[in-house]
Amino acid sequence: MRYSGLKVITEGLFGNRGWTPAWRDPAPKAEYDVIIIGGGGHGLSTAYYLAKNHGITNVAVLEKGYLGGGNVGRNTTIVRANYFLPGNSEFYSHSLKLWEGLEAELNYNVMHSQRGLINLFHSDGQRDAFVRRGNAMINQGDDAILLDRDGVREHLPYLDFDNTRFPIYGGLLHPRGGTARHDAVAWGYARGADRRGVDLIQNCEVTGIDIQGGKVVGVQTTRGAIRARRVGIVVAGRSSQVAAMAGMRLPIESHVLQAFVTEGLKPVINHVVSFGMGHFYISQSDKGGLVFGGDLDFYASYAARGNLPMVEHVMEAGMTLMPMIGRAKVLRSWGGIMDMTPDGSPIIDRTHVEGLFIDCGWNYGGFKAVPASGWCMAHLMATGEPHEVARKFRLDRFATGHLLDEEGTGSQHNLH
Amino acid sequence: MRLTCPLCGERDRREFYYYGAEDYLHRPGEGASLAEWDSYLHLRDNVAGVVRDLWYHEAGCAQWLVVTRNTVTHEISGVELVAERAK
Ligand SMILES: Cc1cc2nc3c(=O)[nH]c(=O)nc-3n(C[C@H](O)[C@H](O)[C@H](O)COP(=O)(O)OP(=O)(O)OC[C@H]3O[C@@H](n4cnc5c(N)ncnc54)[C@H](O)[C@@H]3O)c2cc1C
Ligand SMILES: [Zn+2]
Repeated sequence: MRYSGLKVITEGLFGNRGWTPAWRDPAPKAEYDVIIIGGGGHGLSTAYYLAKNHGITNVAVLEKGYLGGGNVGRNTTIVRANYFLPGNSEFYSHSLKLWEGLEAELNYNVMHSQRGLINLFHSDGQRDAFVRRGNAMINQGDDAILLDRDGVREHLPYLDFDNTRFPIYGGLLHPRGGTARHDAVAWGYARGADRRGVDLIQNCEVTGIDIQGGKVVGVQTTRGAIRARRVGIVVAGRSSQVAAMAGMRLPIESHVLQAFVTEGLKPVINHVVSFGMGHFYISQSDKGGLVFGGDLDFYASYAARGNLPMVEHVMEAGMTLMPMIGRAKVLRSWGGIMDMTPDGSPIIDRTHVEGLFIDCGWNYGGFKAVPASGWCMAHLMATGEPHEVARKFRLDRFATGHLLDEEGTGSQHNLH
Repeated sequence: MRLTCPLCGERDRREFYYYGAEDYLHRPGEGASLAEWDSYLHLRDNVAGVVRDLWYHEAGCAQWLVVTRNTVTHEISGVELVAERAK
């Protein structure tokens, strides 16, 4: 069924009885051309582009829980292309362009809102670093505008500009940055993949990877064995466990990242604002809730809930930056499991097993990457060659010393 | 979460700095291969379950500690001094 404004109106007139499920619920077949392990944003977009760009439709996405129940439905939805290093820069630029056409592409309202992202700075040194980053963004063909203190004041009059520890010197505005509706992105790709023939199989946990003579031949699951000669591991925070099924030890440590949302308020925050020095960022959802978060809990964890010290830290940073939010009531907090790499950049590559591919290491920035990651992973799995914009996301870059350490914090997984 | 430091007793998690897996204790020697350095610096078992990792009692006795804990339940089952282990 194609969605349209007219369809919404006619369905409304006739009691909304004509809507059909957005995707099928098929039983797994004995064999597929391609199996994607993981039904998060990246797994679903990979399946979609395998079908759409490469005509490979005999594909199954195997998800141990329900579609969109992982990080894709837990993130704070910031979409941006403000990276600095060659390798990251062209990839996120490509992703943002895909975002800009995503709703028409998927015939699905993902509520992509380019409301502008402002990164604040608080010293001369930080200003220099931001000028450099802004120039890198412009060289990549994206947009960046340096704002001085008064420039920031025009956009964000409600900030505490004279905070004694972190007085605001200015900000880097990325006008095309913004947010999207996270669940809708998962659902839109799921529906698009399903309509092209992909089987989306939920409650199906992969428990083993079958390898014969150095080649992948299929997987073991809680719903039986399924054969395939090409398999993609796209399981975010669980990457180490699934890769271990193929005898791999990954450069990944899993960490919890928390986020928070308040009760719905009238519009007060029109941008995405990030306060790096305080480890705090915020935006307001279309429903009115203030959505905000901070840094990792800092120690390796698979508990999809956080610890209290980080809650306190995030609240303190928020109050420091914008005291006006102090009266809002927090409704919920939650956590997601982040696949942290030692350089903060992702991996989209082949493995030592023929036919087995991996897409992981998204740290806490993988939501904005959903379109380009699927695009590039599908390209790799279909052609056997890395896509031009993802060619630096190699699994062996740690061994060879070609790290993509955007923040320059060194080889410690939780510092990125 | 609270950790029981062998020297200082039970303390709030905020007194400690987390470094990473116990792997950091096994620094390769002179002449080690690139693969050994890669393994030491980057590769991790990253277990969902019981792990041993390195913490520093930053706001206490300034000792490095090996903590045995569960990454799924956050249960702590042991805290040892790195200095004692080395002996
Ligand atoms: C609090 C928070 C805030 C964030 N904010 C942002 C942000 O503002 N901007 C941004 O760009 N990114 C953000 N992120 C990061 C982003 O959400 C992730 O990097 C991204 O969603 C990860 O990729 P995914 O969607 O494929 O992961 P997931 O949705 O986690 O998908 C992986 C799937 O694999 C499944 N799986 C695991 N093991 C198996 C198995 N054995 N068999 C079958 N299936 C399996 C899981 O059930 C899961 O559904 C944030 C994350 C969190 C937690
Ligand atoms: Zn101590």
